[in-house]
Amino acid sequence: MPTPHYGWTGKVLRIDLAARTAEIAGPDPELYRAVIGGKGLAGYYLREHVTKSCDDPAMPLCLFTGPLTATLSPTSGRMTIMSRSPLTGTVGDASVGGGLGTRLKQAGLDGIVVTGKSATPAGIEIVDGSVRFCDAGALTGLGVHELAGRLAGKGSFAAIGPAAENRVAFANIMVDEHYAAGRGGLGLLFAAKNLKYITVKGSGRVAVHDPEALGAARRDILRLTMASPVLSGEHGFSCYGTGSLYDLMDSRRMMPTDNFRKTHFEQAGSLNAYAFKEKYLPRRAGCKGCHILCKRVTEGGVAMPEYEAMSHFTALCGNTDLATVVAANTLCNDLGLDTISTASTLACHAEIRGDTLAKDEILALITAIGRGENPELAQGAARYALAAKHPEAAMTVKGLELPGYDPRGAYGLSLAYVTSTRGGCHLRAYPISHEILRKPVATDRFSYSGKARIVKIAEDVNAVADSLTACKFIFLAAGLEEYAKAFTAVTGLALGAQDLLECGERIYYNERIMNAFNGFCDRDDDLPGRFFTADGSHGEGITVNALPRGEFLAARAAYYRIRGLSPHGLPLARKAKELGLTWND
Amino acid sequence: MERLIAKYEKKLVDAGLAEPGAPLLAGLDAELIFNRRDPATSELAKIFDGLHINSLLYCRPAEPYRTIVDYLSARGQTITPEDCETRTFQHDIPVAGRFAAEDILAGLRRRKSVIIPGAGVIAHGVVSPEQAFVTYSSVLFACFVKFFGDYLTALEAGRSGRPGRPDAAFAAAFDRAVAHLDPVRPAPPLLAKGPFTSAAQVYEALDQAGKATVDFRLVDSFFGNISYCLDDVLYISQTGSSLDELPGHVDPCPLDGSSCAGLTASSEFSAHAQVVLTSKVRAILHGHPKFSVLMSMRCAKKECEARGACHLKCPDQRRLGDVPVVPGEVGSGPTGLCNTMPAAMRGQRAVMVHGHGLFAVGETDFNEPFATLLAVENASREAYFRAVAELS
Repeated sequence: MPTPHYGWTGKVLRIDLAARTAEIAGPDPELYRAVIGGKGLAGYYLREHVTKSCDDPAMPLCLFTGPLTATLSPTSGRMTIMSRSPLTGTVGDASVGGGLGTRLKQAGLDGIVVTGKSATPAGIEIVDGSVRFCDAGALTGLGVHELAGRLAGKGSFAAIGPAAENRVAFANIMVDEHYAAGRGGLGLLFAAKNLKYITVKGSGRVAVHDPEALGAARRDILRLTMASPVLSGEHGFSCYGTGSLYDLMDSRRMMPTDNFRKTHFEQAGSLNAYAFKEKYLPRRAGCKGCHILCKRVTEGGVAMPEYEAMSHFTALCGNTDLATVVAANTLCNDLGLDTISTASTLACHAEIRGDTLAKDEILALITAIGRGENPELAQGAARYALAAKHPEAAMTVKGLELPGYDPRGAYGLSLAYVTSTRGGCHLRAYPISHEILRKPVATDRFSYSGKARIVKIAEDVNAVADSLTACKFIFLAAGLEEYAKAFTAVTGLALGAQDLLECGERIYYNERIMNAFNGFCDRDDDLPGRFFTADGSHGEGITVNALPRGEFLAARAAYYRIRGLSPHGLPLARKAKELGLTWND
Repeated sequence: MERLIAKYEKKLVDAGLAEPGAPLLAGLDAELIFNRRDPATSELAKIFDGLHINSLLYCRPAEPYRTIVDYLSARGQTITPEDCETRTFQHDIPVAGRFAAEDILAGLRRRKSVIIPGAGVIAHGVVSPEQAFVTYSSVLFACFVKFFGDYLTALEAGRSGRPGRPDAAFAAAFDRAVAHLDPVRPAPPLLAKGPFTSAAQVYEALDQAGKATVDFRLVDSFFGNISYCLDDVLYISQTGSSLDELPGHVDPCPLDGSSCAGLTASSEFSAHAQVVLTSKVRAILHGHPKFSVLMSMRCAKKECEARGACHLKCPDQRRLGDVPVVPGEVGSGPTGLCNTMPAAMRGQRAVMVHGHGLFAVGETDFNEPFATLLAVENASREAYFRAVAELS
């Protein structure tokens, strides 16, 4: 029987912005055992409201930490923000770093559930669990960079920029200026509630059941991190940030180029992480509680683009100018735009228009989108392409724009894109891990053999990671075997890796149920047609064929069986009950 | 899945880790398959019901591992190895009470493998049967090093009158294991002569030397690595690549750092790079010869502030024969071997990393490093049995 005395605080803050009330709720301790925290708890609070419209005041915006957050457990300073996605209509969640999760725990909270709509622009300021509602009228329209200056001294913050205020469907929530709660347009939930920002400050400490055992678990995890070339090697994330993936993706012929019409970018060699490092001399930065420090920020406070932004603002858009990539990334962060969706929508626009985008035009279009001056592109690639009568040009799954990994170069990834509960996302199962980065071992990237079960298990693992919380990147080195030790040390609850995986399965299945409530089924678990009809860019001994449609469908059917879904990808009462989930037809 | 299962069944036998027909391998995607019929399959199938895995290996090890594993597992619920790689990746090895799904699951819910005394070793994989193969191989390697190391320690205790001298069972197991050791192979093979002048020649030489290293059993599972420097590009085996399967698994890494294409290179890339950048060395071969690993962990110093942390901060300049022994963990961290091995390599033909493995170098090709690797292992084996003889 878990108790909230160790790891968890046992307190969830429920805020009604319309009534400007805040009250502390104490969830049933058994709930913590069932869904852990973070993503799991957020899904629990979202489920009964998930069919509501995103701008319904009763639609909850859930911000949750996990039991490991703000402890010595490595990479635990993350948290989940979840609601229904305004962009896709699916479950919309983002694991986000920075310091907000840590501050929440230090303020004595496991999470916050925000409902209601403020009559006027509002801010929420939390200090050690006490809540103050503030007038944010003077902050309306401010970019995130300037807003960060105004909020200085108030602790960590989550906020929106002009993009969300202008109802851009892929607007982010930005945390501590540089960290995006991205994908799916969660920023619109803030806007729908007339909420500009939340700040959190705390002075408490998380109680740890067995500090010595936590120290031992930490040492095991750090040792594995140091043994990981991807995380700690000379070419790894610690040295170059996630941009170190850039050379690799191009050399493996899976760099999305010209809106996924090619998979190799001729100029990639001069636009890699090394080039950014040489030109901008960034320093290492990262989330609280992290030793990998994969973020790069210049002395002037400019965040360097992550791999996905590097890839999409170069190869996908046909841009070869480093400064434009940095400027586009900075603009997106300041306006509060998702970089992947922005670049993908621009590339879609260029394809439909039949030409390429000049570098100045890229920046002008981003500004126009964020400032509410281009409502067509502000709807995202899928809706824009549909309105332009070229739906085939939208490189999306369930309306979410695909990131910088072409699925023709990694078959497990192609499956993971479609089974992801938030649409075209690489992070739910992260098959890049074994198909490209060779961890825990290499698998054949041009084969579907075994991939259905691998994707299913990986989704469950990452659901656990987002609930504990821990960064998914650490799982390129350590595993749940090590994190179960940390979990037990922190909480006193003796769950092993397999027990945690059962929680992960429950958390993920709950998301499939929520998506089914909103009408999602096998029809939506599919890729854009060009991946099945057009080859990628062959070369250097690598052949990148179009995906075999029959094998893809067989793998998807196998996934449904393994996941315990119907042949149409729908949840089943029997499986839900087996997982201890409530079932309502 | 069938192809992978067949592949790793063969590799287990080829590596001397299993007798022909002994490995029982299972793979699960949508359906569960076994490589053969066996009475154990019904119990093993239950393990898939209790774990989120996709593959399983159950095997009674070949000798001498069978004797070693049986002996160690009969004496405790957990085996705690002290060699570097096993400590890093396995942490410890649980022992199950009997061959029953319930007991096996109790171990596998905690770790990647479990030993059933008198029955064998079970290991699982989450993405591939390769994981089960690697874990099984690592378990046998760790047990080998621990068994022979413990025996020497016990003899030393007996000689000095301390408790712990080998009992009759230990002595019998030792004699049986020794009788099944691979014969000493004194002569290295003739490998391609360098210096190599094209990438194609380099790839061929790496392939040949890697295969020979596995053939001579100078590395466990695939945890070695190998590199060659040509025109300021270091051609190095990828992380987790098997030394006997290198074609397609070598990363060419520019040493000026202008590309991150080496993101998938061996975790020891930094150490290799430092060696070639600070010397005339072009070829580096790293293996895990068992007796060398074992003997690198032997230390006569009784009172030492680093006791228990020798692999991190041994303060002494120790040697294995004429080869320096240095501390250092896997990879590039502050206690990584990249901080110790390259410096120790100056003017040397090889450096031993405590409890881990040997790095051997050559200026033209892999003949010299391979010969060094083999010679150090043979000398370590000889030194081990000399010590046993003196203490017996």
